[in-house]
Amino acid sequence: MNYLDNFILIALPYLALAVFLIGSIYRYTNRKFQFSSLSSEFLEGRRLFYGSVPFHWGVLFVFCGHLLAFSIPKAILAWNSQPVRLMILEITGFIFGISMLVGLINLVIRRYTTPRLKSVTNYMDLAVYVLLILQTFVGLWIAYNFRWGSSWFSTILTPYLYSIFRLQPDTTAVVLLPWTVKLHIATAFTIIALIPFSRLVHMLVYPLNYLWRPYQQVMWNWNRKKVRSSQTPWSLQRPKNT
Amino acid sequence: MDVRSQVAMVFHLDKCIGCHTCSIACKNIWTDRKGAEYMWWNNVETKPGTGYPSKWEDQDIYKGGWEKRNGKIHLRGAGKRRGLVNIFYNPNLPVIDDYYEPFTYKYLDLIESPEGDDQPTARPVSLVTGKPIDIKMGPNWDDDLGGTPDYARHDPNMKNLSPEEQEVMFQLEKMAFFYLPRICNHCLNPACVASCPSGAIYKRGEDGVVLINQQVCRAWRMCVTACPYKKSYYNWYTGKSEKCILCYPRIEAGLAPACMHSCVGRIRYLGVLLYDASKIEQTASVDEKDLVKSQLDIILDPFDENVIRAAKENGIADSTIHAAQFSPVYKFVKKWGLALPLHPEFRTLPMLFYVPPLLPVMATVKKVDNKEQLDKMHPAAKKWNDNWLYDTSTEELWGSLDQIRFPLKYIASLFSAGDEEMIKDKWKKLMAVRIHRRRVTVGDVSNEKAEEVLRDAGINAETADAIYALTSLPKFEERFVIPAAHREQAIEMMDFTGDTKGDTGFGIKSQVKRGI
Repeated sequence: MNYLDNFILIALPYLALAVFLIGSIYRYTNRKFQFSSLSSEFLEGRRLFYGSVPFHWGVLFVFCGHLLAFSIPKAILAWNSQPVRLMILEITGFIFGISMLVGLINLVIRRYTTPRLKSVTNYMDLAVYVLLILQTFVGLWIAYNFRWGSSWFSTILTPYLYSIFRLQPDTTAVVLLPWTVKLHIATAFTIIALIPFSRLVHMLVYPLNYLWRPYQQVMWNWNRKKVRSSQTPWSLQRPKNT
Repeated sequence: MDVRSQVAMVFHLDKCIGCHTCSIACKNIWTDRKGAEYMWWNNVETKPGTGYPSKWEDQDIYKGGWEKRNGKIHLRGAGKRRGLVNIFYNPNLPVIDDYYEPFTYKYLDLIESPEGDDQPTARPVSLVTGKPIDIKMGPNWDDDLGGTPDYARHDPNMKNLSPEEQEVMFQLEKMAFFYLPRICNHCLNPACVASCPSGAIYKRGEDGVVLINQQVCRAWRMCVTACPYKKSYYNWYTGKSEKCILCYPRIEAGLAPACMHSCVGRIRYLGVLLYDASKIEQTASVDEKDLVKSQLDIILDPFDENVIRAAKENGIADSTIHAAQFSPVYKFVKKWGLALPLHPEFRTLPMLFYVPPLLPVMATVKKVDNKEQLDKMHPAAKKWNDNWLYDTSTEELWGSLDQIRFPLKYIASLFSAGDEEMIKDKWKKLMAVRIHRRRVTVGDVSNEKAEEVLRDAGINAETADAIYALTSLPKFEERFVIPAAHREQAIEMMDFTGDTKGDTGFGIKSQVKRGI
């Protein structure tokens, strides 16, 4: 059992993070054409709404919740010091988790019952669906059975994750957690490892830049003003794209 | 003044014969690929008709283009807030059924099916699923007014016409139609560029061609919604949007785009326009009735010394300025004032202009007294014993503009945001050229009559001759005045095009394969 714990809690995280980093950078630089959300709304635009919208908003909030507990654990604990606030946090998180699961199930049903979508479905989609449904379901299970997750995440998992990132993995507290939580950790890192090999890459390129760029974009192949000026030596205006 | 050059186009609709050669040329070169089968970067629509995709002009459905709110222009169905909120599900995205599901036929069944009592048939199969389909729609499904009750009658431009006027349009004897070839307008204020969250779409500074960088496109699909002309298409297979590239590899080599090169009716003209880029937003924000005028005002006179100086300061090559001076587009659009943009009310400042179709009304139906003539005839020859005659004399023509085969209102809603006087002005000029030429070649028009007509249309005989020459007799190099791209000053020349044939486009060196 100890071996398995070590693998899930130490080896897998490092493996996953390495694969994620190297894989994503490689794909972004060398396989840029394959960076796409691969939207299938064009082939089926009605039922997508009931899947994509609840799933994406759900996952956005749930992920941010985990991120908050990871980055500001003390603030979360302080917030949770009053039962009402704890309840609000937990119930909100649970609702978004449910929304995620409902969305996912709708997405899976849609994808496998629409004939047109067959031609844009591959095995990686199946893998992503299975892992995400498993992860969401286990997450909800944990939230329901081992309350109150936001508090014990901040006290047990946050130090563990910090230790991972400090390259001094400390699993003394985490090994004592129930196997479902370990499964949740294992699936989480598997999904992270899968990002560069699946359509999940699209979340790495969420276009926040759009918010502050001007609406119109004009691009020149080269600086023509300089090329035209007789003052500019030719050697300075060498081809830009070499 | 920020002078830029734009490769612009004029389509002369009176010359379009609706042969679709342009569409085929384009399809064979650019969109004969998986995921792009349904795309027609160039398509030819019959008007009245719903077009492609169905009812694309109805922005209540598709939410394309810009709209003016509180004195400023905003994207109707996309933009920073809407685009990012709707990124998980775009409620205004046309789906494949709005275009048509691409199909082929199982031709092999014709020769390989076992012997039987029935003639073998080639069943249609979908190019999306590969399964047999029941064809609901195809390219040019409503061509030549086919299926008028379902298509032509639902033309969004009919909205402004009264039921009586519509009824008249569809009376069998009075039915008329014309063709509307459409490609990307390579707008000055492109909605697709503005709507792209990843910033993949851009306008080329050198010639104004609007392109989608296939490496940066992430399939957020906002450009499909934003383009009011629906000329940005989503490739469902590669997960990238694509659009007309104005055959830029050909233009850079000094060749006309494939659709223009192959045009049988020789309706297409391509040339450079110089414009003032600092005024784009202001030009697109004026009131609807002033839109055409303000769009023409932004185009600069390439003979004006100040313009030439400013152009040179901006790095525009001498060859480009020279091309702008000889541009057939400048002549049609500015000098003669014959061409108008399609749906200026979308406020994208399209750079494709159309000479509105006159639908040659060179004859009127006239009631004559044929009794004497008929009496002389043998009874068997009296099959057509009516008293109607086609009158091809020019006496009645001027007055007939209002009773022309196509309601003025309809044409106005296409090309001038509803301004009927503007269309009438173009029609008068077109008609004046015809009458003037008839005087010259046939000689049955009196000089006084022709002079009066020319004066009325506001042109002189010299201009009329020039319009006639560029309309009817232009040589290849008069129709396409393409400036040198001066790639010798810039980047490496194109890769060998054979290497990338069948791929998404030029310039992608890695394998063009769908992501997983």
